[in-house]
Amino acid sequence: MAEILIYLAATLTALALLMALARFIMGPSPADRVVAFDVMTIVAITGIIFAALAEGRGIYLDVALVYGLLSFLGVIVIARFLEKGF
Amino acid sequence: MDIIGAILLLGGASFLFLGSLGLIRMPDVYNRIQAGTKATTLGTLLVLLGTALIQPQWSLKLLLIGVFLLFTNPLSSQVLANAAHRSKVRKSELTSIDDLEADREQQS
Amino acid sequence: MNSTTPEIHRKRDFIILFATLFLFWLLLSNSLAVDVLIIGVVVSAFISLVFYQGLTFFTEFRLSPQAVVAGFKFYGHFFKELLRSNLSMAAIVLSPPLPISPAIVKVRTRLKSRMGRLMLANSITLTPGTMTVAMEGEWLYIHCVRLDDSDLEAATREIVSEFEPYLEVMYG
Repeated sequence: MAEILIYLAATLTALALLMALARFIMGPSPADRVVAFDVMTIVAITGIIFAALAEGRGIYLDVALVYGLLSFLGVIVIARFLEKGF
Repeated sequence: MDIIGAILLLGGASFLFLGSLGLIRMPDVYNRIQAGTKATTLGTLLVLLGTALIQPQWSLKLLLIGVFLLFTNPLSSQVLANAAHRSKVRKSELTSIDDLEADREQQS
Repeated sequence: MNSTTPEIHRKRDFIILFATLFLFWLLLSNSLAVDVLIIGVVVSAFISLVFYQGLTFFTEFRLSPQAVVAGFKFYGHFFKELLRSNLSMAAIVLSPPLPISPAIVKVRTRLKSRMGRLMLANSITLTPGTMTVAMEGEWLYIHCVRLDDSDLEAATREIVSEFEPYLEVMYG
C-alpha cells in the first residue's frame, strides 16, 4: 500500500518537473526562464529525496542539500545579472 | 507510520504538481513566481516530513534541508521579482495598481 | 551595522553567529569525534570572524522569555498561513477562468530592526497571494495576486498586521 502511494507521488513529481521544463522552454522573457529553473531545482531536490527513499541510502540527502545551496546561489547571481548586467 | 508518511509524500507531490501547473497557467512573471515558490515550498516540506516518518534516522538531515529551504526559497523569489521589475518585464493587463513603478519614476 | 556599533553588540553578534554555524556543523557531520569537533570549531570561528556583521536568525533577537514565546507563536501562525496560502493558490490555479486581479501596492511597517524586516518580508512572501517585490526603508512593495479594490487601505493594512505583532516582540 505505502509502496504504491510513494510511486504515485514520484510520478506526480516527475510530471511537475516536466511542466516546469515546458515553461523553461516557452519563456518568453529571461525572468520566466529563471523562475522555471528555480522551480525545477526545488522539484529536483524532492526527486533526489525520492531516490534516497527508493534506494534506502541516506547519503543522497547530502547531495540534495548541496544541490539546494548551489541552485540558490545560481538563482541569485542570475537575478543580479538580469538587474544590471555585469 | 509508513502509510501516514506515504500519504504526506503524496500530498507534497500534489502541491509540487499544482505549483508547476500554476507556472504554466499564470499570465505574467510575478504571478508565476507566486504560484511557483509557495506551492513548491510547502510541497517540499511535506515530502521531507513524510520521509522523516518513513526513515526516522534521517530526520536531522531532513530538518536541516527543510530549514534551509524555508529561508532561501522566499529570498530567491523576492530577488527574482525585484530583478524582473527593474528590467521592466511585461506585466499582465489585469494588473490594476503599480506603486513601485510610480515611485521609481518619481525618483529618477 | 557599521563601526559605531558598540563593542558589546559586536561580541554578541560574533558569539551568536559562531553558535549557529557550529550547530549546523554538528547536524551536518552527525558525529561527536574529537577531530571532527575541532575542525568545526576552527572553521566556524574563522567564518564568524569574517562575517559577524552579517545577518543570522538570532541577530538582534531580544533574549527575553516574551520573545521566545512570541517566536513559537509566530511559527505556529506561520505554518497555518503557509498551508492556507497554498490551498487558496491551488483553488485559483485549478479554476478554469483563472480569477486573478494582480497589483503592486506599498505598505509601511512599524518594525525598526533589519532582521525583523527581513523576516516580515519572507513571511509575506509565503502567505496567501502576496509577495514582497522590493524594500525601501520602512516601505514594503507587495505584489498581490488578488487585490480587493474597494477598500485599499484596509486590504494593505491586513497584509502586514498578521505578523507584525509577533516580530515586534521578537526583534523590535
